[in-house]
Amino acid sequence: MLNYIFKRFLSLIISLAVASLVIFFVIEVAPGDPAQFMLGINAQPDTVAALRTELGLDVPKWQRYLGWVAGLVTGDFGTSYTYRTPISTMIADRLWVSLPLAIYALTLSTVIAFPAGIYAAARRGKGGDMAVMGATQLGVAVPNFWFAMMMVLIFAINLRWFSAGGFAGWDKGFWTGIHSLTLPAVSLALPQAAILARVMRSALLDILGEDFMRTARAKGLTRRQALWRHGVRNALIPVLTIIGLQFSFLLAGSIIIEQVFYLPGLGRLVFQAISSRDLIVVESVVMLLVFAVITVNFLVDLAYAAVDPRLRSRT
Amino acid sequence: MRRNLIIGAFLTAVFVLAALVSFFWTPFDHTAMSIPDKFQRPNGEHLLGTDHFGRDILSMIMVGARTSIAVALVAVGIGMGFGVPLGLAAAARKGTWLDEVIMRGNDLVFAFPSLVIAILITAVFGAGAINAIIAIGIFNIPVFARITRGAALSLWEREFIMAARVSGKSATRISFEHILPNVMNLLIVQGTIQFSLGILAEAGLSYIGLGAQPPTPSWGRMLADAQTLVSIAPHIALIPGVAIILTVLGLNLMGDGLRDYLDPRLRVSRA
Amino acid sequence: MSLLQIDNLSMDIVNTSILRDVTLTVDPGEIVAVTGESGSGKSMTAFSVMQLLPESVKTSGSIYLDGKDLLQATEAEMCRLRGNTVGMVFQEPMTALNPVKTIGDQVTETILIHKAMSPADAKTRAREVLDRVGLPADRFPLSRYPHELSGGQRQRVVIAMAIALRPKLLIADEPTTALDVTTQAQILDLLKGLVEDFGMGLLMITHDLAVVADMADRIVVMRRGEVVERGPTRSLLAQMKHPYTRQLFEASGHQVDLPPRPEPKPLLEVKDVVRDYRLPRTRPFAPHGHFRAVKGVSFELHRGERLGLVGESGCGKSTLTRALLGLEPIQGGSITLDGEPVFSGTKPNLAVRRKMQVVFQDPFGSFNPRHRVDRLITEPFFLLDEPPTGKAREAAIGEALEAVGLAAPDASKYIHEFSGGQRQRIAIARALIIRPELILFDEAVSALDVSVRAQILDLLADLCRAYDLSYLFISHDLSVVRTVTDRVLVMKSGEIVEQGETEEVFSNPRHPYTRTLIDAAPVLPDLDALGRSLTDA
Repeated sequence: MLNYIFKRFLSLIISLAVASLVIFFVIEVAPGDPAQFMLGINAQPDTVAALRTELGLDVPKWQRYLGWVAGLVTGDFGTSYTYRTPISTMIADRLWVSLPLAIYALTLSTVIAFPAGIYAAARRGKGGDMAVMGATQLGVAVPNFWFAMMMVLIFAINLRWFSAGGFAGWDKGFWTGIHSLTLPAVSLALPQAAILARVMRSALLDILGEDFMRTARAKGLTRRQALWRHGVRNALIPVLTIIGLQFSFLLAGSIIIEQVFYLPGLGRLVFQAISSRDLIVVESVVMLLVFAVITVNFLVDLAYAAVDPRLRSRT
Repeated sequence: MRRNLIIGAFLTAVFVLAALVSFFWTPFDHTAMSIPDKFQRPNGEHLLGTDHFGRDILSMIMVGARTSIAVALVAVGIGMGFGVPLGLAAAARKGTWLDEVIMRGNDLVFAFPSLVIAILITAVFGAGAINAIIAIGIFNIPVFARITRGAALSLWEREFIMAARVSGKSATRISFEHILPNVMNLLIVQGTIQFSLGILAEAGLSYIGLGAQPPTPSWGRMLADAQTLVSIAPHIALIPGVAIILTVLGLNLMGDGLRDYLDPRLRVSRA
Repeated sequence: MSLLQIDNLSMDIVNTSILRDVTLTVDPGEIVAVTGESGSGKSMTAFSVMQLLPESVKTSGSIYLDGKDLLQATEAEMCRLRGNTVGMVFQEPMTALNPVKTIGDQVTETILIHKAMSPADAKTRAREVLDRVGLPADRFPLSRYPHELSGGQRQRVVIAMAIALRPKLLIADEPTTALDVTTQAQILDLLKGLVEDFGMGLLMITHDLAVVADMADRIVVMRRGEVVERGPTRSLLAQMKHPYTRQLFEASGHQVDLPPRPEPKPLLEVKDVVRDYRLPRTRPFAPHGHFRAVKGVSFELHRGERLGLVGESGCGKSTLTRALLGLEPIQGGSITLDGEPVFSGTKPNLAVRRKMQVVFQDPFGSFNPRHRVDRLITEPFFLLDEPPTGKAREAAIGEALEAVGLAAPDASKYIHEFSGGQRQRIAIARALIIRPELILFDEAVSALDVSVRAQILDLLADLCRAYDLSYLFISHDLSVVRTVTDRVLVMKSGEIVEQGETEEVFSNPRHPYTRTLIDAAPVLPDLDALGRSLTDA
């Protein structure tokens, strides 16, 4: 068990190291001179030189990389060139929107997908299964930003149940905040729920064909009892993988969805930073997103061990 | 389910045909603006109506199909071209450092939120269809590598591969002669799925302005333009969305249908 | 009325007839064995008692269990019966248990699902039955998971689950087919003991006539969905009224005539061969452990000799086979064929490889399903510097196919057009086509039905006469090895514990392990003795 955790942890550290190298390379090495890139071609040479000094571009690349990583580890993300504020405070503010949104959406998608997938598997080939599979087939095909636009059209513009965009903030109360995140969360969650429900169903159907399900029936369990007691927990193993991957999709998807709803989240921050060529912000926020995804996948690996005793005892 | 295959193939064929026809003919010039004709609902002259510049939406959809299909197709090509050989090599050298490096590399690419990296690439190298293709294509590589490796590994345990080894054939030769043909069905099915995901990804990138640039029309950008106008003329937002959904739906149905159709177990039982 | 009474049971799946007018009975305390080859419907008969059948199945007739007609019972009634009045043991112990639940939970579940006891009592009962099936508390606490147990131990857990509520009827579907002979003997003893202790009826499904003859009070022989003969074990075997029963019996103990072997001249020489596997680290930074699968094995195989290699699963015989074929490197010792090493450096030696071919166990996995027979059997031509082409190639294909009892036109067919036995013939044709000096048969007849197996063994003897074959015959089946080999090696835990002339080793084993193996293997009764004892009585 310890060995397993250690291996996964080692792989987490290596992934983070390689990811930081890749991001650093793409942002600070690939475009040639970052200072020139950030200021544009028409910038005055002395302005460029000033920015070079400010960004510390005079020191060797490997020193800059180590400095950047050391900063990340200690929570010093540098200073935004355009806003002139510490990036760490900008990120902290945006996290209060993006993180609740991702959690809200992931919860919604899980809460919808689990029952739907289990229901479809239990009714395999019957009307209920067909209906769920048809709905998920459609759900997988719908682009979430288009779905978001349609929700705005119906629930914000026509019915006026929600506001069309913006974020009310948490200081006006928890439910106000949740209310303004509902449309974005639903538009993120539904297409993901469709995928998750399909995975849940097919994982369960695989399990239903296993010998031990027949053993369970031979003990006198009804079909439903066998499904719940022996099927669901075994099916969780592939489903957990997908939930881990979905977190990555939700983070990325939120960049687009935050555009649709004008939400002041991390995605919008990256997007604005790209438009204003503020590479320092882009670099740090992208690294943060990658860190989040890699960490979630590490947690998923630990969850496997909780579900599957074979992993626990394998040295 | 034969029905899935037929419906899926039909929908896919419609959009591929629309894209091909658009090279020679569209009802109107898709770039021709005509302000007096703006915001027309679908009618006899403009079958799908006009947008805020009075451009014919059907023509734009047809040309947009070209962009979507081209981007997704090339991205799948990149994914297969790199991913399949990597997966075959990893399986053939199972448990060695080569396998380890390939699989760790795969995990790493999976760990990057794909859209974030696409944004990163387009941020540094500039927005455009080519960079969108590369960004989407890179994320197809681990998908194909993983699925190829998984299927190849179970084949390597089979006795017919042992027989080929006893006949002195090298791992490379066995990979191409015995393994690849037996994983081809799987790759075709996964290919259609990645194709549909590519279309969604391209639409997303174009929507936030990082995909195909004007004047190249694309479904994602049509939606971006429509966003502020959705309350005035819902059809401008509705039609490109439906086009995306039908194409992706068609490809997914075709993938499901192909899976059943190509499954050798099902075919043997039918024979 | 009997405990179980099946009358005129017929079954169809989508217009295919699976069972026709099957009638059989089981009384309390009685062991009834249903036997037959694959496709006989014996397993379907067992599952129809449990009513665990695919939904597309149509049944007619009646199945009375303890006076109740199961074909008329509702699903809810069946759930109350299953596990309570009738328990079942399956063929594959490795997959019959839920991998994520403890064995204690799985045994207790049988009791709790029928609300037969309080949870605390259920736990006590679970402990008792596990003790009873030979899994004592000190080594097998209730908190064990299935993956921590061997196949035989898992089968004991499955049996414990089936008997936890002392059912009146126990159904066992090929309960020992997946197990080694020594484990098989223990499981059969356990089942016999349970029947005596609890007075259960046991309906046992098995393809193995030797097991049947040892165990059963009565036998039912099935073929293609029909019962061809039934009766008390001894009189049925003594008389064998139906020709199919006789055919089955003869095929089970089939003997072949091997031609005499030439003067000993070494062909394959194996000296002190060692094969290590690296184990995963037990702790971070701990050195890798090693598992020695083959521990310094030495033997010789002479030209024209038929050598056997027997041992139970995990004894290292498959590893040794792969090393002989040059598919895996060895860590010590040497393997030479005709004086040349199988490995030259780290690369396998092609000049040696073309003198060796192999026939595998699985007639379904041995061929690439996408190629035609001609391409499949000419694969070894790849080893030749100048493989035959055109007419010469066709002639070679035709000759190889005819040598194994197929026809030259079969070359253009695909593999799925052939039965299991035919496929094994094609596998032999593939091995023969480059006229190798040595053929390895790796469990080559283990997956076949007895009558097909008998034909393949005859084919082997014919080929020995025609081609002076030398082969190494690797098998877990002692009776087969006894008839098709001149000498035999007995392998245990990576070592060869005994070797010698086959007849000598079997009739006068010296090593205690060899003796255990031979004693554990069920044997067909001597028909003459059986007939005499019946007339005496």
